[in-house]
Amino acid sequence: MRHLKAINRKARHIAELHDAPDVVALQNIGPRLPEGPHIPLGCSFVFSPGWEVDSTGSTAGLCQPVERDLYDCYITCFWPIHVPDLYNHAPDWTAKCAAAQQDWRKIDLIFP
Amino acid sequence: MMLARGDYHSFSADGAPHVYLVPSAAVFRLDATSAAVLEVLQEGDVDATVMTERLADRFPRLLVEETVDELLAAQAIRKVAAPVIAPRAEGPRKRIPLTTLVMNVTSKCNLSCKYCYEYGEDRISEPATKPRFMSEETARQSVDFMMSESGSSPSVHLTFFGGETLLNFKVLQYALSYARQRGAELGKSVDASLTTNATLLRDDIIDWMVDENVGVTVSMDGDREQQDKLRVFANGKGSYDVIIPRVKELLRRHTRRPIGARVTLTRDNLEVTDIYRHLKEELGFWEVGFAPVTTKWQRDYAIADDGFEYMLGGFNALAADYLQTSLAGRHHGFSNVRDTLEEIHRGVAKAYPCGAGLGLLGVATDGDVALCHRFAGSDTHKLGSVTKGIDHELQNDYLRKHHIDNKTDCHTCWARSLCAGGCYHEAHTRYGSTEQPNLHYCDWIRRWSATCLEVYATLAARRPEFLRQFDS
Repeated sequence: MRHLKAINRKARHIAELHDAPDVVALQNIGPRLPEGPHIPLGCSFVFSPGWEVDSTGSTAGLCQPVERDLYDCYITCFWPIHVPDLYNHAPDWTAKCAAAQQDWRKIDLIFP
Repeated sequence: MMLARGDYHSFSADGAPHVYLVPSAAVFRLDATSAAVLEVLQEGDVDATVMTERLADRFPRLLVEETVDELLAAQAIRKVAAPVIAPRAEGPRKRIPLTTLVMNVTSKCNLSCKYCYEYGEDRISEPATKPRFMSEETARQSVDFMMSESGSSPSVHLTFFGGETLLNFKVLQYALSYARQRGAELGKSVDASLTTNATLLRDDIIDWMVDENVGVTVSMDGDREQQDKLRVFANGKGSYDVIIPRVKELLRRHTRRPIGARVTLTRDNLEVTDIYRHLKEELGFWEVGFAPVTTKWQRDYAIADDGFEYMLGGFNALAADYLQTSLAGRHHGFSNVRDTLEEIHRGVAKAYPCGAGLGLLGVATDGDVALCHRFAGSDTHKLGSVTKGIDHELQNDYLRKHHIDNKTDCHTCWARSLCAGGCYHEAHTRYGSTEQPNLHYCDWIRRWSATCLEVYATLAARRPEFLRQFDS
């Protein structure tokens, strides 16, 4: 450390840890990239392909529920969160589903 | 990247800005750049790029970025987006061996000091149901208990306490000789010390203390006037004239170990500097330690708010004297400063205010084991007995409840790593619960800690060799 002078024993430990060449220090070499905004994780926030269209714009490669069951999509994203864009594209997607426990079959697939 | 101020206390020493970080207890001296970064964050959270812009006229961008990096590493500042780690109140990961056993060899005393927590109005033990003197058998069992609970620790410390310890000198003598014998068999060194009011010191007792290398602390409040206010015999007569020839003889002959005086400060006895001068310079004690009386606030000897202020003034004056004397390379005997300097030097960040219930336990006259000597004999603070051992379930429960993380009031205090809520007995007396932090002296503790930090950092800058005594 060049700007903080360690005075007591604990401070010296901290300074030594900071000055030791470790993986984190190696990552700090080179131009520093500005940190982006903090974005909560999950595809429904970032509109990545996977739920309405696949990466080619078609529906052939849509994520399947089983994939989410087995692998998880992104950390805690589970299949039920994969709903279409209810604001713009399919505002009445759940119109026929008053109570999910009974009416879940009425929620149909959405195609672009 | 939004930056925010970390948890620290800033202070100035030797003309330079310093920080004492919480909870790490690290002390750093700041250069101009790091001081400027912290100053910007004093006003509120700032984005890292804004920070470099605001300091651009004084420091180049790269220098500020490097400083921010270092301050982040030391946790003097933090990223706003970084999750705040919740307090967890975890107990020690492995069992801490018992290294100090305080044996209350008697609960009887030949003095009737009004403020005494063993005898006075605020006592918690129940002497009527317990023997007044510890028997040889209990003493032997206590030593065996200490040896077995000390695990692999190569040394153990035996402290005799009372009552007046010398009223049970025979058992005390026996306990130490038995401990030394057991220590030799088990390959452990045994260190011993005792506290006495000095009224019963005789030549043969002093000889024994010298021969056995026993550390001695004399409870004493100052000169004749100060001593005789509250440290009196049952008939009200002061004890000063009785103890002075004996104290002088002790100090003359027992030169193997530094002898300390331990002063209880009360509302009427707050002339810290005068007391120190009398005990250190006129009588010749090696060191003098002060403690405000532990009492309910209603008592007429309790220190009131303005008294704490006055006492702090005295402490600060004596601390300044300590600093000057130490800078000149001479010994100063104000042990309150010395003890705090040692904790600062080691970077102690306490989860508990003291070792009570961890590496230190107190034994009552009947062999019951409690948190410390102040609780010895109290059934509600019992953690086991010398014959049945420590009740580890009770002990763990106690450690969980008393962890600093469970003292919500302390979470925003920068002095928590040094204080950790303060003495359990003090809390019990004031608030009726050992789990309470001692909120009545928070401000006092913070200001006293600030003084000690200034003394420490000044010594580190101007006489670093002084601090080497704390390295061992």
